[in-house]
Amino acid sequence: MSDHHKETFITKYIFSMDHKMIAKQFLITGMLMAVLGMLMSAVFRVQLANPGESSILYHLLPGTWVNEMGALNPDKYLALVTMHGTILVFWVLTAGLSGTFANFLIPLQIGARDMASGFLNMLSYWFFFIATVVLISSIYVQGGPASGGWTIYPPLSALPQAIPGSGTGMTLWLVSITLFVVGSLLGGLNYIVTILNLRTKGMSMKRLPLTVWALLVTAILGVLSFPVLLSCGLLLIFDRSFGTSFYLSDIIVGGEMLHNMGGSPVLFEHLFWFLGHPEVYIILLPALGIISEVISVNARKPIFGYKAMVVSILVIGFLSFIVWGHHMFMTGMNPFLGSVFTFTTLLIAIPSAVKVFNYLATLWRANIRFTPAMLFAIAGVSAFITGGLTGLILGDSALDINVHDTYFVVGHFHIVMGLSAIYGMLAGVYHWFPKMYGKMMNKNLGYLHFWTTFICAYGVFFPMHFLGLAGLPRRYYTNTAFPMFDGLSDINDIITFFALAGAVAQTIFLFNFFYSIFKGTKASKNPWKSNSLEWTTPIERIHGNWPGELPTVHRWAYDYSKPGAEEDYILQTEPLKEREIEH
Amino acid sequence: MTNILIALVVLLVIVTLVQLTRVSELLGELKDQDVNKVTDNDNKTQGVLFLVIGMGFVVFVIWQMIEWNHLLLPGAASLHGEKIDVLMKFTMTMILVVFFILTPMLFYFAYKYRGSKNNTAYFLSHNNKLEFIWTIIPTIVLTGVIIFGLKTWDETMNVDTSSAKVIEVYSEQFKWTARSSGDDNKLGSSNFKLVTPQNALGVDMEDQHALDDKLLREVHLVVGQPVLLKFRSRDVIHSAFLPHFRVQMNCVPGLLTQFAFTPTKTTKQMKEEEGEDFEYVLLCNKICGAAHYNMQMSFIVETQEEYDAWIASQKTLSEKLLTQK
Repeated sequence: MSDHHKETFITKYIFSMDHKMIAKQFLITGMLMAVLGMLMSAVFRVQLANPGESSILYHLLPGTWVNEMGALNPDKYLALVTMHGTILVFWVLTAGLSGTFANFLIPLQIGARDMASGFLNMLSYWFFFIATVVLISSIYVQGGPASGGWTIYPPLSALPQAIPGSGTGMTLWLVSITLFVVGSLLGGLNYIVTILNLRTKGMSMKRLPLTVWALLVTAILGVLSFPVLLSCGLLLIFDRSFGTSFYLSDIIVGGEMLHNMGGSPVLFEHLFWFLGHPEVYIILLPALGIISEVISVNARKPIFGYKAMVVSILVIGFLSFIVWGHHMFMTGMNPFLGSVFTFTTLLIAIPSAVKVFNYLATLWRANIRFTPAMLFAIAGVSAFITGGLTGLILGDSALDINVHDTYFVVGHFHIVMGLSAIYGMLAGVYHWFPKMYGKMMNKNLGYLHFWTTFICAYGVFFPMHFLGLAGLPRRYYTNTAFPMFDGLSDINDIITFFALAGAVAQTIFLFNFFYSIFKGTKASKNPWKSNSLEWTTPIERIHGNWPGELPTVHRWAYDYSKPGAEEDYILQTEPLKEREIEH
Repeated sequence: MTNILIALVVLLVIVTLVQLTRVSELLGELKDQDVNKVTDNDNKTQGVLFLVIGMGFVVFVIWQMIEWNHLLLPGAASLHGEKIDVLMKFTMTMILVVFFILTPMLFYFAYKYRGSKNNTAYFLSHNNKLEFIWTIIPTIVLTGVIIFGLKTWDETMNVDTSSAKVIEVYSEQFKWTARSSGDDNKLGSSNFKLVTPQNALGVDMEDQHALDDKLLREVHLVVGQPVLLKFRSRDVIHSAFLPHFRVQMNCVPGLLTQFAFTPTKTTKQMKEEEGEDFEYVLLCNKICGAAHYNMQMSFIVETQEEYDAWIASQKTLSEKLLTQK
């Protein structure tokens, strides 16, 4: 495999089948989409702090969002939150995170030359790319992009009469997601097959780095749940375009009595959340995998309780399939069913707690080296604690009655799923940048980026819990219509301030990233003194990863500061010494 | 104009950063140092920052709890809501205790175990006893939370509605309409195919139970008297949210949903406690279109006498139809 065909510019940078290049393509596409998604959130945060006023920011975005007065249109506000959610959940935290790190790390960390199928891998990116183009083009169509929330509940998403975004914009959204699902299935199957079949000699499942374990379970979740979203979307396409009634019944809209009878939107909700909840863990698990790896490397200490960490990932993965009903406590479903989902949902707290305790135990008596990646990894654990705890309120059906669909939910999932995952992703970028580009990212800019982000992020999302406990529903264009929310404008101002500052802070990262690619200082082969296999590859990128034979693995990836060793790390390729016990 | 200025300042800051980065890296090259290597000094600074800013976050949380406490919803004004509030206090106390232990611990560890060249980490790969303990403790605590939660949920959802006053709440883009079941406490049947401009709710006037039904622009409830709300929707999913009563239920086209509760405080009482502006209000809490943010209806809780006087002043559907003829 190492004697690869000659690479032209096109096969090297565009239609590449090298997993490392595909990973970079996912990363850069994901980053560009993150910028777009974040700009959208900046725009609606400005609206929430200054309801009905005009702002130059509204013109920075591609597309038309304002009315003649220069104020944001209420239905365009909903389009913005919809697109923000879609982009961040699917484009950034699913494809951007899994696509990047599964592609990059799986072959490198298990000792494979490439993915099982380089061609399918390339297709997976290009399906994603076309999905991206379709999604962005939906911004420009008449009526604007999809506006029914990222969960696209029908009938709102099925009826253009109900909201303009449910016209062409929604059609394109569905087409885009269909392409996205195809791409992520091709990727996911590839990841699973590669991990199960292409591990190098000695790389038993018990020696896999936690990143690979997390990515494996993530891929399995994706393969089992994304097809359900696909069928869910297909039925919606049928209802929208071919007059079926899977989700529609007894509707009068815009003065018109629809013929649809016998369908139920609740069916849609069940199908959607059967993907939707595993999706949360599709986002979170890779981030937790990266955090485990980065913490262990920089604590110079083995990850505490490796087996418990693997079991937690498996248990979380399993449970994530039987908790979807907690998104639907208020749909009028049978209260008994609500009880069952409350029970299974709260169980997830147990493996999550185990993970947190293990992270703390790993830091205990460590010798921490604060690389920018390490800072983000620790912040990821903090966000996982803060956001995970409020899940105990939302997962409890009785308590959910009064916080369901309020800002309490927005605060909760932005911290536990948004922040933990973004922190994990950033930790991953800072950590593996030297391997990706052969250059170092600037350390001091990394520190500056971290602290501004850390402060702003909690400044944005923590106060949201209070808005929710004051009863404020999410997806409100403004809260000035209800006198009971008049006291909340101060909180809104604070949130918007931190949101804008946090958005500006990301330019530090973008600059550091692109600057370092071209002008960064050269990286050494193993700059973090790490154990895992990717750091045994040469600095310059080669298709096939290792120039000679594939490495042989003799130990797990976490022998840091092992007594008796000369240095505080031992590469996985190092044979066990005489009478040395593994771990 | 200020916006442009701010953008310019941001741009300048970025350009400055670019130059500073270049200068520091070039200087490092000259001195033959690796500027991106993490030094003991860095570890010290970042460790201290974690302690200071991490604790700052904890203080920020406490500040918010004190400063914004008065903005939160007042105590529940319904029987089941009081139970939910107890459960909420219990759960909230528990998670706050865990939060205030784990978060400072995490940041303290980051500070305390900041690295240095002369230190070595303590090699510890696992400890079965410890891991067993911290699996079993959350399990026991969660068992308590689950049992308490399910009990409250059961008491909220499975209530005897035989004596409850039946009121229909009908949702459409972007308003609420209510229908009292009248003296017979039975709603006349309805069908979306019967909807006309005169008969906005599609009530079947052939049904005897429909004749004494009354359409309402605001809902009046009698304090201490159980009420059963039945929900329908004309177009898209809406969600009826009455935060003061701890009541929420989706209104789904093609599906009947309901929620029963007993109000415990009159509007007057609440005005005395919470200020003159207080009003019970019904909000829409499921994204339903452009004016989702402004879909409201008043609820008023009063004594039986006040209610009797008010309801008598409302016309029944049959009366309305007679006047139309």
